[in-house]
Amino acid sequence: MKFTHILGAAALSLGAAFSGAASAADINGAGASFPAPVYQAWAAAYKEKTGTGLNYQSIGSGGGQNQIVNRTVDFGASDAPMKDDKLESASLLQFPTVIGSVVAIVNLDGVEGLVLNGAVLADIYQGKITKWNDAKIEALNKGKKLPDVAIVPVYRSDSSGTSFVFTSYLAATNADWKANVGAATSVQWPTGAGAKGNEGVAGTVKNTKGAVGYVEFIYAAANKLATTDLVNKAGKVVTPSVKAFMEAAEAADWTHAKNFAASMIDTAGDGAWPITSATYILLPKNPTSAAQSAEVIKFFDWAYGAEGDAIAEKLHYIPLPGPVVEEIKKAWASEVKADGKAVWTN
Amino acid sequence: MDATISGAQATGLVTAHKPTGRISDPVFVGLLWGCGIFVLILLGLIIAMLFEGGLPALREFGISFLWSTTWNPVTERFGAGVMVFGTLFSAVIAVIVALPLSFGIAFFLTEIAPGPLRRPIGVAIQLLAAVPSIIYGMWGFFIIVPLMAAYVQPPLIDWLSPIPVIGALFQGPPLGAGMLTAGLIMAIMILPFITAMFVEVLESVPPMIKESAYGVGATTYEVYRNVSVPYGRTAMVGAVMLGLGRALGETMAVTFVIGNATRMSASLFAPGATIASTIANEFPEASTGSLKLQALLQLGFILFVISFIVLALSRLLVRTKG
Repeated sequence: MKFTHILGAAALSLGAAFSGAASAADINGAGASFPAPVYQAWAAAYKEKTGTGLNYQSIGSGGGQNQIVNRTVDFGASDAPMKDDKLESASLLQFPTVIGSVVAIVNLDGVEGLVLNGAVLADIYQGKITKWNDAKIEALNKGKKLPDVAIVPVYRSDSSGTSFVFTSYLAATNADWKANVGAATSVQWPTGAGAKGNEGVAGTVKNTKGAVGYVEFIYAAANKLATTDLVNKAGKVVTPSVKAFMEAAEAADWTHAKNFAASMIDTAGDGAWPITSATYILLPKNPTSAAQSAEVIKFFDWAYGAEGDAIAEKLHYIPLPGPVVEEIKKAWASEVKADGKAVWTN
Repeated sequence: MDATISGAQATGLVTAHKPTGRISDPVFVGLLWGCGIFVLILLGLIIAMLFEGGLPALREFGISFLWSTTWNPVTERFGAGVMVFGTLFSAVIAVIVALPLSFGIAFFLTEIAPGPLRRPIGVAIQLLAAVPSIIYGMWGFFIIVPLMAAYVQPPLIDWLSPIPVIGALFQGPPLGAGMLTAGLIMAIMILPFITAMFVEVLESVPPMIKESAYGVGATTYEVYRNVSVPYGRTAMVGAVMLGLGRALGETMAVTFVIGNATRMSASLFAPGATIASTIANEFPEASTGSLKLQALLQLGFILFVISFIVLALSRLLVRTKG
């Protein structure tokens, strides 16, 4: 990988030359695109308040992980939690920032409030259910007139955290999906068509009669897309809403989750939305610059506060439950150390 | 008055000018050498990086990586088969569509078009080449894909899919996005390049030969068919190869309209993937040292080799013209 490194270093030094305009105390982060809007909104408000700027490059979770492992940024961001052994070997602290969720969207004329569940969605994406008037879909939608139209499944062609969350849900609710396809940022889709980004999936679904797709809730809400209801683990029909996402977040098993990687997929709880997930920050436990690391922590400490929560909620993200934030603050104080001294104290 | 002043300045400059010294000229020549060698080194480094970066994937999967049709990021089993097929298939569609159009436009411009019309059409074609790839992608996604899904694909599927053999090209649901749509968009993108070279070739046909043909009573079509085209045939084939080369590496527009499915299908309407679109889609989430990244780099190397072969062929053919 020698040449890769040489070219990579060249690209980075070029990047550094351009970002040189920002002041030295500014924080640099890179990674997941899903939380990018809220990080940027936080950065703008934080800069106004404290004068400390934050440059966040939305380059994808994989890129964020690479950059923080190589220590070319102050923090990395990833939608899917990093594996425990990888966190260990790169000595990174992982903590969630906000919670988001994924919703299913459909293009089906004349059908209001369509209800689906994970097993049926997985069958659709495996090509086992091909018509909207299939008996399995009709069983979930008693009393609704479903058309004899072919189902066109649409998925994200670019590898993304959204696909990771969605396929995790399909794998959790459908054994065949788990065995044959699995859950990852990109998978070998058995059927359907891929489109780039939320906008690509939404556009393709809009253009194609009988299409079904999945997008982040924030995107669906901002564009007023027709979403479906889902049957959750408790057997209740839930409509995507901030309240349903919060229930999912509270139902998650935070206390036993290592590295805060609590699964919010298909949690118990009557009102919990089943496709919910947190997005994560990766911070070095052995920072090269204690001051810089402290700035990052101060920023997220502020973001977990009332002001940060208000901004997140305005953008349809779900703030973390209070007890989880307390745990994260403890982890900051005890785990992030420069020369054996904690860089930040609560 | 002006002339005298500038004349005086010119002589002043000449007398003030010191003759190029023993140092400065070799430095200048050295810089020129540097510029030339730089290109070679850059190209060599890129090839080496792609090959070295992709080597672990080749070691892992063996030579069957080249034709294996598996692309499963979950189990980390990768193969280039679907993408190589998609790259060639979509590029060939693009050339098949662009070729007759380019012939028509080029001959119209050189022989038929009245003087005042020649320039606007020529400029319009050059402007097509100046439209950024992403714009073609958006146009394709928002305009062409819905049109294909609503008006082109359903009747074609109804009429042609029951026919044996040919029917295999028209299977599947009318998604709009797919191989054919990608080929059509790319055809428009390579049209200006092929047309420009055709115009050049047709203009290089000596007028005397054409006049002679008209003189013995040949029609426009006969002159075109029997004089102009045979005169520049090899160069034209070279132009087509150049267009093919451009189509092979096209990324952004294709990613929007090809449907991005890593599945093999002979159907024109089935979603597929090209090497370039796969790299664009998968790269952001491929982490350092992962097999996926290595497979992507190896894909890049394969694309490089394919493009190199096509480009070398086109160079060879263009050079042997006449």
